[in-house]
Amino acid sequence: MEFKRLKAPFASEDVAALRAGEFVSVSGTLYTGRDAAHKRLTDAIKSGQPLPIPLEGQGIYYVGPCIKDGNPVSAGPTTSARMDVYAPALYDRGIKVTIGKGDRTQNVYQSIQKNGAVYLAAIGGAGALYADCIKSARVVAYEDLGTEAIFCLSVQDFPLIVAIDSLGNSIYNR
Amino acid sequence: MFSVIFYNICSKYTTLLANVLKYAGKSAIIHNMRTIFYDTVVEACSSLTSACLRMTPSCEAALRRARETESEPSAAFSLDMLLQNAALAQQKRLPLCQDTGMAVFFVRLGQDVHIEGGLLEDAINEGVRRGYAANGCRASVLDPITRKNTGDNTPAVVHIELTAGDALSLTFLPKGFGSENMSRLYMLTPSDGVEGVKRCVVNAVKEAGSKPCPPIIVGVGIGGTADKACVLAKQQLLREVGAPSDDPTLAALEIELKDAINALGIGVQGFGGNNTALAVHIGKYPTHIAALPVAVNIQCNAARVAEVTL
Repeated sequence: MEFKRLKAPFASEDVAALRAGEFVSVSGTLYTGRDAAHKRLTDAIKSGQPLPIPLEGQGIYYVGPCIKDGNPVSAGPTTSARMDVYAPALYDRGIKVTIGKGDRTQNVYQSIQKNGAVYLAAIGGAGALYADCIKSARVVAYEDLGTEAIFCLSVQDFPLIVAIDSLGNSIYNR
Repeated sequence: MFSVIFYNICSKYTTLLANVLKYAGKSAIIHNMRTIFYDTVVEACSSLTSACLRMTPSCEAALRRARETESEPSAAFSLDMLLQNAALAQQKRLPLCQDTGMAVFFVRLGQDVHIEGGLLEDAINEGVRRGYAANGCRASVLDPITRKNTGDNTPAVVHIELTAGDALSLTFLPKGFGSENMSRLYMLTPSDGVEGVKRCVVNAVKEAGSKPCPPIIVGVGIGGTADKACVLAKQQLLREVGAPSDDPTLAALEIELKDAINALGIGVQGFGGNNTALAVHIGKYPTHIAALPVAVNIQCNAARVAEVTL
Protein backbone atom coordinates (compact mmCIF):
# COMPACT_ATOMS: atom_id res chain seq x y z
CA MET A 1 0.00 0.00 0.00
CA GLU A 2 1.50 3.31 -1.17
CA PHE A 3 1.00 6.24 1.21
CA LYS A 4 1.55 9.85 0.21
CA ARG A 5 3.05 11.75 3.13
CA LEU A 6 1.43 15.07 4.03
CA LYS A 7 2.43 17.73 6.54
CA ALA A 8 -0.19 19.59 8.56
CA PRO A 9 -0.87 22.56 8.44
CA PHE A 10 -1.18 22.07 4.72
CA ALA A 11 0.47 23.71 1.71
CA SER A 12 -1.99 24.62 -1.05
CA GLU A 13 0.05 22.87 -3.73
CA ASP A 14 0.18 19.63 -1.69
CA VAL A 15 -3.58 19.69 -1.29
CA ALA A 16 -4.23 20.50 -4.95
CA ALA A 17 -2.12 17.53 -6.04
CA LEU A 18 -4.20 14.98 -4.10
CA ARG A 19 -6.57 12.72 -6.01
CA ALA A 20 -9.61 10.78 -4.79
CA GLY A 21 -8.73 7.23 -3.82
CA GLU A 22 -5.11 7.98 -2.85
CA PHE A 23 -3.86 6.83 0.53
CA VAL A 24 -2.26 9.56 2.63
CA SER A 25 -0.37 9.64 5.88
CA VAL A 26 -0.67 12.94 7.76
CA SER A 27 1.79 14.20 10.36
CA GLY A 28 1.69 17.54 12.18
CA THR A 29 -1.08 19.44 13.94
CA LEU A 30 -4.82 19.16 13.44
CA TYR A 31 -7.71 20.85 15.22
CA THR A 32 -10.73 18.86 16.34
CA GLY A 33 -14.28 20.05 15.97
CA ARG A 34 -17.70 18.50 15.82
CA ASP A 35 -21.30 19.70 16.01
CA ALA A 36 -21.21 22.08 18.99
CA ALA A 37 -17.79 23.61 18.21
CA HIS A 38 -18.78 24.15 14.58
CA LYS A 39 -21.90 25.99 15.66
CA ARG A 40 -19.84 28.30 17.87
CA LEU A 41 -17.16 28.88 15.22
CA THR A 42 -19.66 29.75 12.51
CA ASP A 43 -21.71 31.91 14.90
CA ALA A 44 -18.48 33.80 15.69
CA ILE A 45 -17.79 34.26 11.97
CA LYS A 46 -21.34 35.55 11.35
CA SER A 47 -21.13 38.07 14.17
CA GLY A 48 -17.58 39.16 13.34
CA GLN A 49 -16.09 37.91 16.61
CA PRO A 50 -12.44 36.80 16.77
CA LEU A 51 -11.90 33.07 16.29
CA PRO A 52 -10.10 30.98 18.92
CA ILE A 53 -8.04 29.04 16.34
CA PRO A 54 -6.26 29.93 13.07
CA LEU A 55 -8.02 28.65 9.94
CA GLU A 56 -5.58 29.41 7.11
CA GLY A 57 -4.09 26.19 5.75
CA GLN A 58 -5.38 24.18 8.70
CA GLY A 59 -7.12 20.82 8.93
CA ILE A 60 -10.18 20.08 11.05
CA TYR A 61 -10.73 16.53 12.26
CA TYR A 62 -14.36 15.69 13.05
CA VAL A 63 -13.88 13.80 16.30
CA GLY A 64 -15.01 13.73 19.90
CA PRO A 65 -12.28 11.68 21.55
CA CYS A 66 -12.45 9.41 24.58
CA ILE A 67 -10.04 10.89 27.12
CA LYS A 68 -8.42 8.96 29.97
CA ASP A 69 -5.98 10.64 32.34
CA GLY A 70 -5.76 13.58 29.94
CA ASN A 71 -4.87 11.49 26.90
CA PRO A 72 -7.03 10.43 23.96
CA VAL A 73 -7.59 6.66 24.16
CA SER A 74 -10.00 6.38 21.24
CA ALA A 75 -10.33 8.99 18.52
CA GLY A 76 -11.94 7.81 15.31
CA PRO A 77 -13.96 10.04 12.98
CA THR A 78 -17.60 11.03 13.40
CA THR A 79 -20.15 11.34 10.57
CA SER A 80 -19.09 14.34 8.47
CA ALA A 81 -22.51 15.00 6.95
CA ARG A 82 -23.67 16.67 10.17
CA MET A 83 -20.99 19.30 9.66
CA ASP A 84 -22.06 20.01 6.07
CA VAL A 85 -24.13 23.05 7.04
CA TYR A 86 -21.04 24.62 8.63
CA ALA A 87 -18.18 23.42 6.41
CA PRO A 88 -18.41 25.91 3.48
CA ALA A 89 -18.00 28.92 5.82
CA LEU A 90 -14.80 27.38 7.19
CA TYR A 91 -13.39 26.34 3.79
CA ASP A 92 -14.07 29.91 2.63
CA ARG A 93 -11.90 31.21 5.46
CA GLY A 94 -8.87 29.10 4.76
CA ILE A 95 -9.47 25.59 6.05
CA LYS A 96 -7.74 23.33 3.51
CA VAL A 97 -8.61 19.90 4.84
CA THR A 98 -11.50 18.34 6.69
CA ILE A 99 -11.31 14.79 8.00
CA GLY A 100 -14.23 12.57 8.93
CA LYS A 101 -16.27 9.64 7.74
CA GLY A 102 -18.98 9.27 5.14
CA ASP A 103 -20.01 11.21 2.05
CA ARG A 104 -20.73 14.95 1.95
CA THR A 105 -23.59 16.91 0.43
CA GLN A 106 -23.35 18.84 -2.81
CA ASN A 107 -22.72 22.22 -1.17
CA VAL A 108 -19.54 20.82 0.38
CA TYR A 109 -18.37 19.40 -2.97
CA GLN A 110 -18.81 22.87 -4.48
CA SER A 111 -17.01 24.59 -1.62
CA ILE A 112 -14.09 22.14 -1.84
CA GLN A 113 -13.71 22.83 -5.59
CA LYS A 114 -14.09 26.57 -5.19
CA ASN A 115 -11.41 26.71 -2.48
CA GLY A 116 -8.95 24.17 -3.87
CA ALA A 117 -9.45 22.14 -0.72
CA VAL A 118 -9.94 18.47 0.05
CA TYR A 119 -11.92 16.05 2.21
CA LEU A 120 -10.05 13.09 3.70
CA ALA A 121 -11.78 9.98 5.02
CA ALA A 122 -10.70 8.36 8.23
CA ILE A 123 -11.91 4.81 8.89
CA GLY A 124 -15.03 4.90 11.03
CA GLY A 125 -14.74 2.40 13.87
CA ALA A 126 -10.94 2.44 14.13
CA GLY A 127 -10.88 4.68 17.23
CA ALA A 128 -8.08 2.92 19.09
CA LEU A 129 -5.75 2.92 16.06
CA TYR A 130 -6.22 6.65 15.48
CA ALA A 131 -5.66 7.44 19.16
CA ASP A 132 -2.41 5.52 18.87
CA CYS A 133 -1.27 8.02 16.18
CA ILE A 134 -1.96 11.03 18.42
CA LYS A 135 1.20 12.11 20.22
CA SER A 136 -0.37 14.91 22.27
CA ALA A 137 -3.69 16.66 22.72
CA ARG A 138 -4.63 19.87 24.46
CA VAL A 139 -7.87 21.81 24.66
CA VAL A 140 -7.54 25.18 22.92
CA ALA A 141 -11.16 26.41 22.90
CA TYR A 142 -14.65 25.82 24.28
CA GLU A 143 -13.48 23.67 27.18
CA ASP A 144 -17.00 23.65 28.63
CA LEU A 145 -18.09 21.40 25.74
CA GLY A 146 -16.18 18.42 27.15
CA THR A 147 -15.41 15.95 24.35
CA GLU A 148 -16.84 18.51 21.89
CA ALA A 149 -14.24 21.13 22.82
CA ILE A 150 -11.63 22.11 20.22
CA PHE A 151 -8.42 20.17 20.83
CA CYS A 152 -5.13 20.80 19.09
CA LEU A 153 -3.74 17.36 18.21
CA SER A 154 -0.19 16.50 17.35
CA VAL A 155 -0.47 13.50 15.06
CA GLN A 156 1.98 11.17 13.41
CA ASP A 157 1.33 8.97 10.37
CA PHE A 158 -2.43 9.39 10.50
CA PRO A 159 -3.73 6.90 7.86
CA LEU A 160 -6.43 8.46 5.64
CA ILE A 161 -7.93 8.18 2.18
CA VAL A 162 -8.57 11.10 -0.18
CA ALA A 163 -12.36 11.02 -0.40
CA ILE A 164 -13.13 14.25 -2.30
CA ASP A 165 -10.35 16.03 -4.15
CA SER A 166 -10.05 19.67 -5.24
CA LEU A 167 -11.49 18.82 -8.66
CA GLY A 168 -14.63 17.40 -7.07
CA ASN A 169 -13.75 13.76 -7.74
CA SER A 170 -15.17 11.40 -5.13
CA ILE A 171 -14.37 7.96 -3.79
CA TYR A 172 -18.00 7.40 -2.83
CA ASN A 173 -20.38 5.42 -4.94
CA ARG A 174 -22.78 8.32 -5.65
CA MET B 1 -57.63 -2.73 52.03
CA PHE B 2 -55.07 -3.92 54.52
CA SER B 3 -51.45 -4.94 54.15
CA VAL B 4 -49.50 -7.32 56.30
CA ILE B 5 -45.73 -7.49 56.42
CA PHE B 6 -44.14 -10.78 57.39
CA TYR B 7 -40.46 -11.38 57.70
CA ASN B 8 -38.56 -14.63 58.26
CA ILE B 9 -41.49 -16.93 57.68
CA CYS B 10 -40.78 -20.13 55.86
CA SER B 11 -42.12 -20.38 52.34
CA LYS B 12 -44.77 -22.98 53.14
CA TYR B 13 -46.54 -20.64 55.50
CA THR B 14 -46.18 -17.57 53.35
CA THR B 15 -47.70 -19.45 50.42
CA LEU B 16 -50.54 -20.64 52.60
CA LEU B 17 -51.11 -17.16 53.90
CA ALA B 18 -50.97 -15.71 50.40
CA ASN B 19 -53.72 -18.11 49.34
CA VAL B 20 -55.86 -17.18 52.32
CA LEU B 21 -55.46 -13.51 51.49
CA LYS B 22 -56.14 -14.17 47.82
CA TYR B 23 -59.46 -15.83 48.61
CA ALA B 24 -60.26 -13.01 50.99
CA GLY B 25 -59.74 -10.64 48.07
CA LYS B 26 -57.02 -8.71 49.82
CA SER B 27 -53.47 -7.83 48.93
CA ALA B 28 -50.47 -8.51 51.08
CA ILE B 29 -46.78 -7.78 51.12
CA ILE B 30 -45.03 -11.06 51.74
CA HIS B 31 -41.30 -11.35 51.40
CA ASN B 32 -40.73 -14.72 49.84
CA MET B 33 -38.35 -13.54 47.17
CA ARG B 34 -34.73 -13.74 46.25
CA THR B 35 -32.89 -10.64 47.35
CA ILE B 36 -30.33 -9.05 45.05
CA PHE B 37 -28.52 -6.10 46.51
CA TYR B 38 -28.37 -2.71 44.83
CA ASP B 39 -24.57 -2.69 45.08
CA THR B 40 -24.37 -6.06 43.29
CA VAL B 41 -26.30 -4.59 40.37
CA VAL B 42 -24.08 -1.49 40.33
CA GLU B 43 -20.97 -3.67 40.24
CA ALA B 44 -22.37 -5.89 37.49
CA CYS B 45 -23.34 -2.93 35.29
CA SER B 46 -20.00 -1.26 35.84
CA SER B 47 -18.24 -4.46 34.71
CA LEU B 48 -20.51 -4.76 31.67
CA THR B 49 -19.36 -1.38 30.36
CA SER B 50 -15.94 -2.87 29.63
CA ALA B 51 -17.72 -4.30 26.56
CA CYS B 52 -16.81 -0.91 25.01
CA LEU B 53 -13.20 -2.17 24.86
CA ARG B 54 -13.80 -5.16 22.60
CA MET B 55 -15.58 -6.21 19.45
CA THR B 56 -17.90 -9.19 19.79
CA PRO B 57 -16.23 -12.38 18.44
CA SER B 58 -19.08 -12.95 15.99
CA CYS B 59 -18.65 -9.44 14.53
CA GLU B 60 -14.92 -9.91 14.21
CA ALA B 61 -15.45 -13.25 12.44
CA ALA B 62 -17.92 -11.60 10.06
CA LEU B 63 -15.40 -8.83 9.27
CA ARG B 64 -12.77 -11.47 8.51
CA ARG B 65 -15.14 -13.23 6.12
CA ALA B 66 -15.87 -9.89 4.44
CA ARG B 67 -12.13 -9.23 4.06
CA GLU B 68 -11.65 -12.54 2.23
CA THR B 69 -14.11 -11.52 -0.46
CA GLU B 70 -13.22 -7.81 -0.70
CA SER B 71 -11.64 -6.57 -3.90
CA GLU B 72 -12.02 -2.76 -3.64
CA PRO B 73 -8.61 -1.44 -2.45
CA SER B 74 -10.02 1.25 -0.13
CA ALA B 75 -12.57 -1.14 1.30
CA ALA B 76 -9.94 -3.84 1.82
CA PHE B 77 -7.67 -1.31 3.54
CA SER B 78 -10.55 -0.24 5.79
CA LEU B 79 -11.34 -3.82 6.80
CA ASP B 80 -7.67 -4.41 7.62
CA MET B 81 -7.71 -1.26 9.76
CA LEU B 82 -10.86 -2.37 11.57
CA LEU B 83 -9.40 -5.80 12.35
CA GLN B 84 -6.11 -4.27 13.54
CA ASN B 85 -8.10 -1.81 15.61
CA ALA B 86 -10.06 -4.60 17.29
CA ALA B 87 -6.81 -6.37 18.20
CA LEU B 88 -5.19 -3.17 19.50
CA ALA B 89 -8.25 -2.20 21.56
CA GLN B 90 -8.35 -5.59 23.21
CA GLN B 91 -4.61 -5.73 23.81
CA LYS B 92 -4.29 -2.22 25.28
CA ARG B 93 -7.79 -2.07 26.78
CA LEU B 94 -8.80 0.97 24.73
CA PRO B 95 -12.32 1.86 23.64
CA LEU B 96 -12.83 0.18 20.26
CA CYS B 97 -14.56 3.27 18.92
CA GLN B 98 -14.64 6.73 20.49
CA ASP B 99 -18.42 6.66 20.26
CA THR B 100 -18.95 4.49 23.31
CA GLY B 101 -22.59 5.18 22.80
CA MET B 102 -25.62 5.79 24.84
CA ALA B 103 -25.84 2.90 27.28
CA VAL B 104 -28.82 0.71 26.43
CA PHE B 105 -29.79 -2.08 28.83
CA PHE B 106 -32.19 -4.91 28.18
CA VAL B 107 -33.16 -6.32 31.57
CA ARG B 108 -34.94 -9.58 32.24
CA LEU B 109 -36.15 -9.35 35.79
CA GLY B 110 -37.49 -12.52 37.41
CA GLN B 111 -40.68 -11.65 39.25
CA ASP B 112 -39.38 -13.44 42.34
CA VAL B 113 -36.50 -10.99 42.67
CA HIS B 114 -36.42 -8.14 45.13
CA ILE B 115 -33.81 -5.43 44.69
CA GLU B 116 -32.69 -4.37 48.16
CA GLY B 117 -31.16 -1.00 48.84
CA GLY B 118 -32.42 1.15 45.98
CA LEU B 119 -34.09 1.34 42.61
CA LEU B 120 -32.98 -0.94 39.78
CA GLU B 121 -32.60 1.90 37.29
CA ASP B 122 -30.58 3.95 39.77
CA ALA B 123 -28.24 0.98 40.19
CA ILE B 124 -27.84 0.65 36.43
CA ASN B 125 -27.07 4.36 36.08
CA GLU B 126 -24.54 4.22 38.91
CA GLY B 127 -22.86 1.28 37.16
CA VAL B 128 -22.70 3.27 33.92
CA ARG B 129 -21.30 6.31 35.76
CA ARG B 130 -18.51 4.26 37.37
CA GLY B 131 -17.75 1.98 34.44
CA TYR B 132 -17.57 4.68 31.78
CA ALA B 133 -15.21 6.77 33.93
CA ALA B 134 -12.99 3.81 34.84
CA ASN B 135 -12.64 2.67 31.22
CA GLY B 136 -12.06 6.13 29.77
CA CYS B 137 -15.28 5.92 27.79
CA ARG B 138 -16.88 9.08 26.44
CA ALA B 139 -19.59 11.11 28.13
CA SER B 140 -21.89 11.52 25.13
CA VAL B 141 -25.26 12.14 26.77
CA LEU B 142 -26.84 15.57 27.04
CA ASP B 143 -30.12 17.43 27.47
CA PRO B 144 -31.85 17.51 24.06
CA ILE B 145 -33.01 21.12 24.47
CA THR B 146 -30.18 22.88 26.31
CA ARG B 147 -27.51 20.53 24.80
CA LYS B 148 -25.80 20.54 28.20
CA ASN B 149 -23.80 17.34 28.76
CA THR B 150 -24.66 15.32 31.87
CA GLY B 151 -20.93 14.62 32.18
CA ASP B 152 -21.10 10.94 33.08
CA ASN B 153 -23.00 9.31 30.19
CA THR B 154 -26.13 8.85 32.28
CA PRO B 155 -28.99 8.24 32.07
CA ALA B 156 -29.01 4.88 30.35
CA VAL B 157 -31.98 3.71 28.29
CA VAL B 158 -33.44 0.74 30.17
CA HIS B 159 -35.92 -1.79 28.83
CA ILE B 160 -37.28 -4.08 31.56
CA GLU B 161 -39.08 -7.32 30.85
CA LEU B 162 -40.64 -9.18 33.74
CA THR B 163 -40.01 -12.93 33.54
CA ALA B 164 -40.65 -16.06 35.58
CA GLY B 165 -38.16 -17.14 38.22
CA ASP B 166 -35.65 -15.46 40.47
CA ALA B 167 -32.82 -14.49 38.10
CA LEU B 168 -31.87 -11.02 36.96
CA SER B 169 -30.17 -10.81 33.59
CA LEU B 170 -28.72 -7.61 32.17
CA THR B 171 -27.66 -7.13 28.56
CA PHE B 172 -25.62 -4.04 27.75
CA LEU B 173 -25.57 -2.50 24.26
CA PRO B 174 -23.44 0.65 23.96
CA LYS B 175 -25.15 2.23 20.96
CA GLY B 176 -23.24 4.67 18.80
CA PHE B 177 -25.26 7.35 17.10
CA GLY B 178 -23.66 7.44 13.66
CA SER B 179 -25.72 4.33 13.13
CA GLU B 180 -28.59 5.15 15.53
CA ASN B 181 -29.30 8.36 13.60
CA MET B 182 -30.06 6.19 10.57
CA SER B 183 -32.96 4.39 12.32
CA ARG B 184 -36.27 4.41 10.48
CA LEU B 185 -39.88 3.60 11.32
CA TYR B 186 -42.38 2.88 8.54
CA MET B 187 -46.06 2.50 9.36
CA LEU B 188 -47.11 0.44 6.35
CA THR B 189 -50.65 -0.66 5.65
CA PRO B 190 -51.64 -4.33 5.20
CA SER B 191 -51.78 -4.00 1.40
CA ASP B 192 -48.03 -3.25 1.34
CA GLY B 193 -47.34 -6.84 2.46
CA VAL B 194 -43.95 -8.50 2.69
CA GLU B 195 -42.84 -6.78 -0.51
CA GLY B 196 -43.41 -3.47 1.22
CA VAL B 197 -41.35 -4.62 4.18
CA LYS B 198 -38.44 -5.48 1.87
CA ARG B 199 -38.65 -2.10 0.12
CA CYS B 200 -38.51 -0.28 3.46
CA VAL B 201 -35.49 -2.13 4.77
CA VAL B 202 -33.50 -1.70 1.57
CA ASN B 203 -34.56 1.95 1.36
CA ALA B 204 -33.44 2.65 4.95
CA VAL B 205 -29.99 1.24 4.24
CA LYS B 206 -29.75 3.07 0.92
CA GLU B 207 -30.62 6.40 2.55
CA ALA B 208 -28.10 5.75 5.32
CA GLY B 209 -25.41 5.20 2.69
CA SER B 210 -21.90 5.74 4.02
CA LYS B 211 -23.02 7.42 7.26
CA PRO B 212 -23.54 4.51 9.72
CA CYS B 213 -19.99 3.05 9.33
CA PRO B 214 -20.67 0.11 7.03
CA PRO B 215 -20.30 -2.84 7.01
CA ILE B 216 -23.39 -2.78 9.18
CA ILE B 217 -25.73 -5.14 10.96
CA VAL B 218 -29.36 -4.38 10.14
CA GLY B 219 -31.92 -4.95 12.90
CA VAL B 220 -35.51 -5.15 11.71
CA GLY B 221 -38.67 -5.25 13.84
CA ILE B 222 -41.91 -6.13 12.10
CA GLY B 223 -45.32 -5.79 13.78
CA GLY B 224 -46.61 -4.68 17.15
CA THR B 225 -47.15 -0.96 17.66
CA ALA B 226 -44.79 1.80 16.51
CA ASP B 227 -42.82 1.64 19.77
CA LYS B 228 -42.84 -2.18 19.91
CA ALA B 229 -41.42 -2.41 16.36
CA CYS B 230 -38.57 -0.05 17.29
CA VAL B 231 -37.60 -1.98 20.41
CA LEU B 232 -37.86 -5.26 18.51
CA ALA B 233 -35.52 -3.92 15.82
CA LYS B 234 -32.96 -2.90 18.42
CA GLN B 235 -33.23 -6.27 20.22
CA GLN B 236 -32.15 -8.00 17.01
CA LEU B 237 -28.74 -6.33 17.40
CA LEU B 238 -28.14 -8.44 20.51
CA ARG B 239 -27.99 -11.64 18.45
CA GLU B 240 -24.68 -13.14 17.37
CA VAL B 241 -23.79 -11.54 14.05
CA GLY B 242 -25.18 -13.71 11.26
CA ALA B 243 -26.99 -16.19 13.52
CA PRO B 244 -30.22 -16.93 11.62
CA SER B 245 -33.68 -16.41 13.06
CA ASP B 246 -35.33 -19.48 14.61
CA ASP B 247 -38.29 -18.81 12.35
CA PRO B 248 -37.53 -20.35 8.89
CA THR B 249 -39.60 -17.70 7.06
CA LEU B 250 -37.72 -14.88 8.76
CA ALA B 251 -34.38 -16.65 8.27
CA ALA B 252 -35.06 -16.82 4.50
CA LEU B 253 -36.09 -13.15 4.48
CA GLU B 254 -32.87 -12.25 6.31
CA ILE B 255 -30.75 -13.85 3.58
CA GLU B 256 -32.82 -12.29 0.80
CA LEU B 257 -32.53 -8.81 2.32
CA LYS B 258 -28.81 -9.15 3.02
CA ASP B 259 -28.24 -9.98 -0.65
CA ALA B 260 -30.45 -7.09 -1.78
CA ILE B 261 -28.57 -4.67 0.50
CA ASN B 262 -25.17 -5.90 -0.62
CA ALA B 263 -26.24 -5.39 -4.24
CA LEU B 264 -26.63 -1.64 -3.52
CA GLY B 265 -22.86 -1.18 -3.89
CA ILE B 266 -22.43 1.13 -0.86
CA GLY B 267 -19.62 -1.02 0.47
CA VAL B 268 -17.26 -0.72 3.43
CA GLN B 269 -17.26 2.90 4.65
CA GLY B 270 -19.18 3.80 1.46
CA PHE B 271 -16.13 3.05 -0.69
CA GLY B 272 -18.04 0.63 -2.97
CA GLY B 273 -18.06 -3.16 -3.20
CA ASN B 274 -20.35 -5.89 -1.94
CA ASN B 275 -19.76 -5.68 1.81
CA THR B 276 -22.43 -3.24 2.99
CA ALA B 277 -24.20 -5.52 5.48
CA LEU B 278 -22.59 -8.25 7.56
CA ALA B 279 -26.03 -9.54 8.53
CA VAL B 280 -29.74 -8.77 8.63
CA HIS B 281 -31.56 -9.83 11.79
CA ILE B 282 -35.34 -9.79 11.83
CA GLY B 283 -37.84 -10.16 14.67
CA LYS B 284 -41.62 -10.08 14.52
CA TYR B 285 -44.59 -9.58 16.84
CA PRO B 286 -48.32 -9.76 16.19
CA THR B 287 -49.81 -6.50 15.02
CA HIS B 288 -53.20 -4.85 14.47
CA ILE B 289 -55.50 -5.74 11.55
CA ALA B 290 -55.02 -2.20 10.22
CA ALA B 291 -51.25 -2.11 10.40
CA LEU B 292 -47.84 -3.30 9.29
CA PRO B 293 -45.18 -1.43 11.28
CA VAL B 294 -41.56 -1.90 10.17
CA ALA B 295 -38.65 -0.51 12.17
CA VAL B 296 -35.02 -0.53 11.09
CA ASN B 297 -32.21 -0.09 13.60
CA ILE B 298 -28.66 -0.16 12.31
CA GLN B 299 -25.54 -1.32 14.15
CA CYS B 300 -22.18 -0.03 12.93
CA ASN B 301 -19.15 -2.29 12.41
CA ALA B 302 -18.05 -1.74 16.03
CA ALA B 303 -20.55 -4.21 17.52
CA ARG B 304 -20.27 -4.38 21.29
CA VAL B 305 -22.62 -6.38 23.50
CA ALA B 306 -22.24 -8.00 26.91
CA GLU B 307 -24.57 -9.92 29.18
CA VAL B 308 -24.57 -11.10 32.76
CA THR B 309 -27.04 -13.10 34.82
CA LEU B 310 -27.19 -12.57 38.57
